[in-house]
Formats: sequence, C-alpha cells, structure tokens
Amino acid sequence: MAGPRHISVSEASRPVLPRHAKLKYDETRKVWVILAPERVLAPDEIAVEVLQLCDGIRNVGDMADQLAAKYAAPRDAILSDVIAMLQDLADKGFLTEAREKTS
Amino acid sequence: MSDVLGDPGVPHDVSDSLAVLEKQRSTAETFGIPLAVLLEVTHRCPLQCPYCSNPVELDRAGKELTTEEWKRVLTELAEIGVLQVHFSGGEPTARKDLVELIKHASDTGLYTNLITSAVLLTRDKLGEFADAGLCHVQISFQGTEDIAADRVAGYKGAHHKKLEVAKWTRELDLPLTVNAVMHRQNLHQLPDIIQMAVDLDADRLEVANVQYYGWALKNRAALMPTVAQLDETTRIVEEARERLKGTLAIDYVVPDYYALRPKKCMGGWGRQFFNISPAGKVLPCHAAESITGLDFESVRSNHSIAWIWQNSDAFNRYRGTGWMKEPCKTCEFREIDFGGCRCQAFALTGDAANTDPACALSPLHETIFKQAEREAEGETNRFLYRNFAGGTWESGENGA
Repeated sequence: MAGPRHISVSEASRPVLPRHAKLKYDETRKVWVILAPERVLAPDEIAVEVLQLCDGIRNVGDMADQLAAKYAAPRDAILSDVIAMLQDLADKGFLTEAREKTS
Repeated sequence: MSDVLGDPGVPHDVSDSLAVLEKQRSTAETFGIPLAVLLEVTHRCPLQCPYCSNPVELDRAGKELTTEEWKRVLTELAEIGVLQVHFSGGEPTARKDLVELIKHASDTGLYTNLITSAVLLTRDKLGEFADAGLCHVQISFQGTEDIAADRVAGYKGAHHKKLEVAKWTRELDLPLTVNAVMHRQNLHQLPDIIQMAVDLDADRLEVANVQYYGWALKNRAALMPTVAQLDETTRIVEEARERLKGTLAIDYVVPDYYALRPKKCMGGWGRQFFNISPAGKVLPCHAAESITGLDFESVRSNHSIAWIWQNSDAFNRYRGTGWMKEPCKTCEFREIDFGGCRCQAFALTGDAANTDPACALSPLHETIFKQAEREAEGETNRFLYRNFAGGTWESGENGA
C-alpha cells in the first residue's frame, strides 16, 4: 500500500522521494528538476543537496551532521532549515517516509 | 484537458525553494522544447463520450504509428529535452504494445503518465505498467453512479470498472488523478464526485468543464450548463479546495463561453505545448486538425520533431502576435491570452485568425453567449455518441 500521505518531519525522520516524484538533472536546460504528476519543479541548489541525501536510510539528524561538517556551520541552524524545507516538500506531496521493515 | 504544467496551486516566489519550472524559466520567449508532450497513441476507444476531445475525423488503426515508430519518437523526445510524456488517446490501453512503450519511455528517462478510461485494464496489466516504470495514472469519470455515468460513456459497466481500477492504482502505490468532465447533465453530482475522489485516495481531481469544439460542439445543446449551475459549481469547488487542502488538489476548468476573457489556450499556440496524433502528426493542440487549410507535419517526414516545432508553417502561423487582426492586434491583453483558442475561433467564425468569440471583445461574443444560454435552458438532452462512423444518435428515453 501507499506510504503515509502526510508526514511530520523531525530529526528522526528518514525521508525519501515517493516513486511519483523523481529528482533528475535536466541536461537540456542545465538545471535540476523534480518530475511529478503534471508538474515540473525546479528546486534550488540547497534543496537539491538535501534531496540527494534523502535515501530513506539516513535520518534528518544525519543529514544535518553531514551538512554542518561540510559547510562548517552551526548544526542547529542547519537542522531547522532542513526540517522546514523538507516539511514544505512533504506538505506538497513530494516527500514520504521510509517505512520500518516489519519483521 | 487542463494545462499540462504550471499549476497555480504551487507558490513560486523567490523565497520558495521550489518553483514551477515553467514559470521560472519561461519557454515562451525562446519557444524552447516543451517540458511535457501529449501522445495520442490511438483514437480507438470503447467509450463513446459525446464531448470527446479527439477530432470528429478520427485516425483509423491502420494509420497508427507502429511500435518501432513510437519508440523512435520517445527516444527523440527525451534527446531534445522533453521531460514528461502523457500516454493518451482514444484509449491508450487499446494498444497491445503499451507496456513496451512505457518501458521504453522510462528507459530513456522520461516521466510517464497514463491518461485512461480504465475499462480495458486488468490488475495484472496495471501491475505490468507499474513494473515498466509508469509514474502516474489519470482516470476519467463520467459521474458517480452507474446508470447516469454509463449513459454518458455509452458503455455498460464502465463506471463500476473505473472504481475498481482506481483502487488497484492506489494498491500499486501509483498516484491517482480523477478527471471528471462536467456538463449540464452531471454537474449536480459534483459534491459526490469530490467525495468519490477523496474516497478513492486520489491526489488530484480535475473538475473540467467541457470545452466546446469537435464532438462537444456537436453536442453543445445537450451539454451546456446554465449560468446558475456554473456559479454553484464555482462555489462548490472553492469550498472543497479550502476544506480539502493538503488532502486533494482540485484543478478547475470553467467553460469559456461564460467567461469575459478567453483562455490562454495551450499557453499560446506553439509556445509550450505540442501533441502527437495516432498517425504521427505533430500538432500545436489536440484539436488543431479541425482547422482546415493548415498542413501539419508528421514524425514520418524527413524533419526532426525539433525542426517541426521550431520551423514548420503550422506552428509559426499563429505564434506570437504578428498574425493578429483587430480587436486582438492592438489589445492590451494580446500577450496575456494570445487571442484565446484558434480552434474555437475557426469553429465559430470560420477563420482561426479571428478573436476567439469567448472574448467579450469579439463582435460575435454576445450572439454566441446568448445562443449558448438558450441551449442551456432548453430541453435537448439527446447525445450524439462519438465513434468512427461520424457519430450515432442516442436512442431510448433521451432519443428522438
């Protein structure tokens, strides 16, 4: 069955793009795009970097660690920015959460 | 169908990390290759909807592009920068090779959407489509209950089957759009249609009022809503949008007869859209072949699709504003709506270069609006069903 429609993004979330939203580099227009039903979205550079980390394995906290190290920036500020950006995506239906494997 | 891209529901101001590409980097200035292309892979369809958007003169099976030809087209589209393809028709699943075409499109990196009546699908077939990489399914509905919906479709059992396929779609984790074409004989069901879309777990609902050319123009007297019906429709849509925010996105297309300003049809002729007909014609709009005197080039010609888009006479004929006559020529809105719909202008005035009579500035607007209003209040409910024979009149209760 489909993953949850509405998710609340937190530090522990392991977000992933749903199968109907595809992140792709558009070679013709030289820009990253998210392909979605009846839409083509153009995420900015930061959004692209975060989305590339959304593999359904890392959680949001791991992403903040990684970005804080890379940009030598305060982790707290990065974490809140990343959560806000991902929540925005989730609210628009372009982000879901990796589900726990049932054992 | 609605505009392929550029959903007004998505904010795209600079502070937003996501923007609708079409709006941010407009193809309008450069006539760059469209982001999405509609592929009408066949005109064959088991349904007979009286408002079908296909031309009255349908392409027969023998004229359809072969599997290899469609695959070549898909490869070429991906190479020139098209990002999405919509498999449409007719009924696209009437083609036995659709799985192969979806697979090929996915392999070339295209995002694939299926626009279907659903009645020919089995669960296994839909599963094969999903495995082949299908990204999204749009199912048309004619109403909310069997008898009335099946009457519009001219196909017994259609509605029941559609509900079943919608359920399979969500079970396969494919996103679903419910497309509801609205007219006088089903507008009263709109609140139920909205609830049906929610119950089916659709992401999007298109409430698309019939646009009156081709088959729909022939059936205008039986389909045209009243002004009161339309006002009520708008109220219902606005209420539902607010109530269902975050659950169901609702796209709303009003019938342009009752608007004062014409629609920016296809985003402007040759600006951001083309489709390919079953026989391989590259068209500025799916109704464009109704305009006589235009010669549309085919993917079977020696020209590339990019060349046809940029250079062919048919695409350049009504591009921009140079072709316009008065009142469009000096109108302050000429680059906002590009004079409305060329096919409608042709169908209602005999000249595609005239102002679309949907525009209040057209000298014919008043006459046509009044005529539509009379038809809407009239008693004619009989359908001319769409088929390859040029149409068949409805028999029985609503018949003559």
